[in-house]
Amino acid sequence: MKVNCEYGGGCDLLFGTKQETYELPSSSTAWTVGELLLWLAEKHLKTTQENFLQGDSVRPGILVMINEMDWELLDTTNYVLKENDTVIFFSTLHGG
Amino acid sequence: MPACSTKCGKTAILKRPKTGDALCKECFFEAFENEIHYTIERAKLFRPGSTVAIAASGGKDSTVLAYVLKLLNEKFNYQLKLVLLSIDEGITGYRDDSLNTVKQNKEDYGMDLKILSYKELYGWTMDEIVAEIGRKNNCTFCGVFRRQALDRGAYLLKVDYVATGHNADDIAETVLMNILRGDIARLNRCTSIITDSGDGIPRVKPLKYAFEKEIVMYAYFKKLIYFTTECVFAPNAYRGHARVLLKDLEKIDPTIIMNIIKSGEDLKVAETTKIPTLTRCVRCNYVSSQDVCKACILLEGLNKGLPRLGIGKSSKVKRLLKENEEKTSSCNSKNCCNAKPEKSHCLCKTTIPSIS
Ligand SMILES: [Zn+2]
Ligand SMILES: [Zn+2]
Repeated sequence: MKVNCEYGGGCDLLFGTKQETYELPSSSTAWTVGELLLWLAEKHLKTTQENFLQGDSVRPGILVMINEMDWELLDTTNYVLKENDTVIFFSTLHGG
Repeated sequence: MPACSTKCGKTAILKRPKTGDALCKECFFEAFENEIHYTIERAKLFRPGSTVAIAASGGKDSTVLAYVLKLLNEKFNYQLKLVLLSIDEGITGYRDDSLNTVKQNKEDYGMDLKILSYKELYGWTMDEIVAEIGRKNNCTFCGVFRRQALDRGAYLLKVDYVATGHNADDIAETVLMNILRGDIARLNRCTSIITDSGDGIPRVKPLKYAFEKEIVMYAYFKKLIYFTTECVFAPNAYRGHARVLLKDLEKIDPTIIMNIIKSGEDLKVAETTKIPTLTRCVRCNYVSSQDVCKACILLEGLNKGLPRLGIGKSSKVKRLLKENEEKTSSCNSKNCCNAKPEKSHCLCKTTIPSIS
């Protein structure tokens, strides 16, 4: 399954890219965003996990949007990914 | 798909941290802008016919501030002349991207832009100062010069107000930091929506009650171009810890932000904290609690080829500086990065190439 990830507001520094399309390994159960977070942290994060994760979610101060919608309206980590979903990570922990 | 709380019939795109409402894009824009308008109206922030310098860093807050002020100025006829004011510290490579962003803002919003360099303001670039003094002590310079730069710029431009992009999260964070440092005297001031540096040019914070999340979302949905500056992930700033603590609390309950600001506003500070009588620096005419302001003392040293004057040991200037420091806001090499309500850390502590 393909999923598009975009990184902004400083999260691009964490992943060394602003945008990337990933092919997620096929699985017998559906991928949730929570699982995607762990997978990204494991496979693609360029820095230590604490900069991106806290517990089973993103570190507070990182905003997440799924298909242009605030993930807080989509049950956050429990959202079930669909083919070609776009997930955006925005850090607010950076200066402005 | 969640529906917009206003029953406008559209699909919601965000959950507001302040109210928990789910709003569609249009209703969110309207709510966000109207709240800032209400903040401006209620505090009677601007006199009609004034010139307002927007302190523009190219970052998200000042970009959203410029965009919204322009929009509200036209929509509600504030009769303000808006200009962008940026400071260029003169560090090779450091401001290139952010100044380009500000130049883009100037084009997009049709505002005048004034970029004032340290060279113009002080006769020295930060690079030149670093070359003279070395990296170890230049926090002193960095802190003092930075704090004065906007005020001096506003004075030079003869504007009526300086508007900064401090948002609710920033202000709550500063309240927290002042409490952690035991600096109760500064609590009231850091929560004021309007402060006067003593030179008659008020500093105003129109985004005082705007949440950071909403500012980021607003910029995103409006497709505003901004630049991301220094990285708080770097293990340097005390401020960084306050920020993380705040974000952790905010996750539990976003209204904590408003509660912290309200606490800062409501605290009555005992009269034991003496407020220094302000005069003007005899050299530069900048507001100072001493005959010669701190920046001028430091400049004196630089210009005489004695850059350690003012930070060296046991000199008379050192004593003078120390008194000065205690009376005005403190900044020394130990806490320079934490001393200011502005969201920035000392440039001189940063190795330039590590900033993307
Ligand atoms: Zn709506
Ligand atoms: Zn002076």
